[in-house]
Amino acid sequence: MSLNTKKLAKNAWRVTKDRHLTCLRIRVPGGHLPAKFFPILQEIADRFGDGSVHLTTRQGFEIPGIALAATAEVNTLIAPLIRELEVDQGVQVPAPEEGYPAAGTRNVVACIGNRVCPQAVFDTTSLAYDIEKTIYPNNPHVKIAVTGCPNDCVKVHLHDIGIIGQVEPIYDPSRCIGCQACVKNCRQVSTGALRFHNFKVQRDAERCLGCGECVLKCPTGAWSRGGQYFRVVIMGRTGKKNPRLAAPFLEWADRETVLRICRNLYDYIDRHIDRTLAKEHVGYIVDRTGYPTFRDEVLRDVVLSPRAKVAGFFRPSGYLYDKSALAGQESHI
Amino acid sequence: MGSLIEAAALDELLRLLKPKYRIYAPVRLPGKGRFSDTDLIGYAEINRSRDIVFNERSYFSPKEILFPVNQTLFYFTESQWREPETDDREILVFLRSCDLEAVKRLDQALLHNGPYPDSYYQEARAKVKFVLMECQEEFEGCFCASMGTNESRDYAFSIRPENGAYLCDVREDLEELFGRLGKPREHEPAFVREHKNPVRLPDNPEAFSEHPFWREYSERCIACGRCNVVCPTCSCFSLQDIFYDDNPKVGERRRVWAGCQIDGFADLAGGHSYRRDKGERMRYKVLHKIYHFKEHFGVNLCVGCGRCDYACPEYISFSRCVNKLAELEDSTKAEANRKLGDTSAAVEVKKDVK
Repeated sequence: MSLNTKKLAKNAWRVTKDRHLTCLRIRVPGGHLPAKFFPILQEIADRFGDGSVHLTTRQGFEIPGIALAATAEVNTLIAPLIRELEVDQGVQVPAPEEGYPAAGTRNVVACIGNRVCPQAVFDTTSLAYDIEKTIYPNNPHVKIAVTGCPNDCVKVHLHDIGIIGQVEPIYDPSRCIGCQACVKNCRQVSTGALRFHNFKVQRDAERCLGCGECVLKCPTGAWSRGGQYFRVVIMGRTGKKNPRLAAPFLEWADRETVLRICRNLYDYIDRHIDRTLAKEHVGYIVDRTGYPTFRDEVLRDVVLSPRAKVAGFFRPSGYLYDKSALAGQESHI
Repeated sequence: MGSLIEAAALDELLRLLKPKYRIYAPVRLPGKGRFSDTDLIGYAEINRSRDIVFNERSYFSPKEILFPVNQTLFYFTESQWREPETDDREILVFLRSCDLEAVKRLDQALLHNGPYPDSYYQEARAKVKFVLMECQEEFEGCFCASMGTNESRDYAFSIRPENGAYLCDVREDLEELFGRLGKPREHEPAFVREHKNPVRLPDNPEAFSEHPFWREYSERCIACGRCNVVCPTCSCFSLQDIFYDDNPKVGERRRVWAGCQIDGFADLAGGHSYRRDKGERMRYKVLHKIYHFKEHFGVNLCVGCGRCDYACPEYISFSRCVNKLAELEDSTKAEANRKLGDTSAAVEVKKDVK
């Protein structure tokens, strides 16, 4: 059998354990799928696959057990989904009936956001669409995630670019009854940025995460929502070398900035990627170039809002897989 | 006097009233809702008729216009003090029948409750006139007709939006303006007469003060106080003496809304606190709204606006609670009658035996 596996993978199909079967990957930007597409997924699984669908960690679907010979036909079946979720959102897909044009840049995932969740400070799905439009189709292996608040339910801290909603709380002392619901709650569930003094509340802006908890708890509307901003964390990853949580890059950045850095990231990758390798994950590129180069190139032509702050250094948590540590443990048993 | 007034003409009327009046109405405050990308319907000064929100109930009531959340009573420095300056303009408030009746309850609590009227409230109250916003149908969870507050007539004029214009019933010293800017049109304001969920009051809810009925609320209530602050008739307040940071010889005394569901409300010197239990707070509030206030003032405090139901994050329904109390009273009476019936039946049996 002759098959160009590079083309297959780029078309969002997998090489699988079974030499004759493949697996289709469906992108669902922002993880929000119009239910009318379920019959298409079911039809593909029943007619071409093994009757099952796998829910991926990236909020997409994989439909396994499809004959390699059937990829072209299945591609035509998913065209309506690609048209509505990609083309209609402004993503450039030259020929939707030929399937996905790229798979390296992964589906942009998002928590359910403020369409449902009271905690979310913005519409995550809408930003996920805007990001998808900015970065897809593209081949570099990049993972981006969007979450509505610092609870980070979608785990943006395990992504190359993690976007966390922030809201600037506005305080109207004339509506404050001094019940301290905000102060107690901030201490309990957030950063303890609020302090009660002279019967009114003082906010430590340096400490405030912008989670909006004070607004949620305030009975009188003394706290209300000001501008919508984003905290951007970078270079979280799993993998075989050095799993680590993402570290802060920007705080109080506006939407324009977020989209711009997503776009600039690809120029940075293009400039620094090690082309001798089959692929190189962006986190390892940053390990090589160092944070200042990343920062300067990704922020090129970005006009930061007056509130925005840029991290002066990059010091992610995490660890290197260390065989000796485990060996040492063994010797104690 | 009935009047039909076009939107532009009403705007002109508002413009003419502006030098003399501060005009308040429920307005849409974009993005000011609790949750992101939601609006708040709250009270604010208006300039134009289209600012007025007719098709939704305001989240907060108009009580804050007459009884502000924070009010400086006086400033002090060493041996001297003075009251703050006040705005001389009169006040015009657009509100609904229940809220207008609520003002009468505030009058009872703040003007006729003891030997001295509350002079701060009294001063604002003397300046205010009301515009009755007609309710052609109820909002979710309202029960004004059950409380007898659905038909309030102490208004300067009533208003109902009608095909881009407004139908009004003008009653007080504004006839001249309406005569000039509107067209005569017979109009009788509509009032809500029925509710999807009417409320029935128990005769003597105090009989259930110690009943396990209240324990449910001990579990459910989180003591956030939203029910208190949205209520048009809650008028409790605390006093705060503030000594300014830069110079503690100068300061002010404020009064600030307080709420009986909120921690600290019933704290005493020495650390004792009445009603630590949230079910007891609920009982205190409910009985005050539908029983105790009436014992003092002859009228129930609750006006049935339904705001507390709508605001409660734990979905505790005041009206459901009151109805449950009435049902509890019914079943207790029925049980007593049954027992009584059993006894008399037993007596009859004995008679037969005889």
